[in-house]
Amino acid sequence: MEKKKIIEELKQKFPEKVKETSVQFGAETLVIDKDSLLDIVQFLKAEPYSYTMLLDLTCVDYKGQEPRFEMVYHLYSLPNKHRLRIKAKLGEKDLSIDSLTSLWKNANWLEREAFDMFGIVFRGHPDLRRIFMYDGFEGYPLRKDYPLRKRQPRIPLRE
Amino acid sequence: MEGSFITTKFNTILGWARKFSLFHYPYVTACCGMEYMSAACAHFDIDRFGAGWTRFSPRQSDMLLVVGTVTQKLAPVLRTVYEQMTEPKWVVAFGTCAVSGGIYDNYAVVQGIDQIIPVDIYIPGCPPRPETVLDGLIKLQEKIQKQEQEWRWKRRK
Repeated sequence: MEKKKIIEELKQKFPEKVKETSVQFGAETLVIDKDSLLDIVQFLKAEPYSYTMLLDLTCVDYKGQEPRFEMVYHLYSLPNKHRLRIKAKLGEKDLSIDSLTSLWKNANWLEREAFDMFGIVFRGHPDLRRIFMYDGFEGYPLRKDYPLRKRQPRIPLRE
Repeated sequence: MEGSFITTKFNTILGWARKFSLFHYPYVTACCGMEYMSAACAHFDIDRFGAGWTRFSPRQSDMLLVVGTVTQKLAPVLRTVYEQMTEPKWVVAFGTCAVSGGIYDNYAVVQGIDQIIPVDIYIPGCPPRPETVLDGLIKLQEKIQKQEQEWRWKRRK
């Protein structure tokens, strides 16, 4: 499959939803509207593109910019041996985005991590709770405005 | 009877016996474990100082070696291990992370295990050289020798 073809076809298929595209060092990146994430990803997962593998899913905090947060998804197409990066920007007022757990099971824990560290809410996630930090932990530690030396209440001993 | 017996205090002889039979429990969580292995094995050999017997059960050990970083989620486990140990017991904070949190001054790491359990000897270093560990061990032995010992039939004031 041609490398540039996928971006062109996505632009034709979702003209309103794909906001920006860029190719840098051979890596295709597209910035999409966050509400159409599930549609676009479903389209990509189906044949002939077959982006059947969710490599990673994470979040970036651009504090001071609006929209502040950016979700980053890395997809890999096993038959076409091709990677694709999808970004969706999230404003501070509405931190919710569709969950990908219906398409990939590994999205479950990755989304829990993004929820734990950044406070992103995933719509349709079956079990959205903290994964690294404990119950009773306040705040989201990887946000840029989390105080560096903030001390949290300890985990109580089990009786 | 000249030269055939010595006199000592029971407290002193008990301290002498305890300082040379330190069964230790290695609570190893991080890279300092490599230095612990080096100190415990043949090259540096803490067995020469009577601390050779590694008991992987806190109930049978005297010395808790906390080797490495202790995170907030691990803190209740460390406390439980400490409370499972029988008296007499001593705690050694091995390495900068166990002493003060070290470079991990962040949301996830306990800033020194003395916030959770009492500590007898602090061994600094990232990781400490085995010679430092031996020095810490000798200092702990001095401390054990000098301290007020407890035993079962001891007369309480």
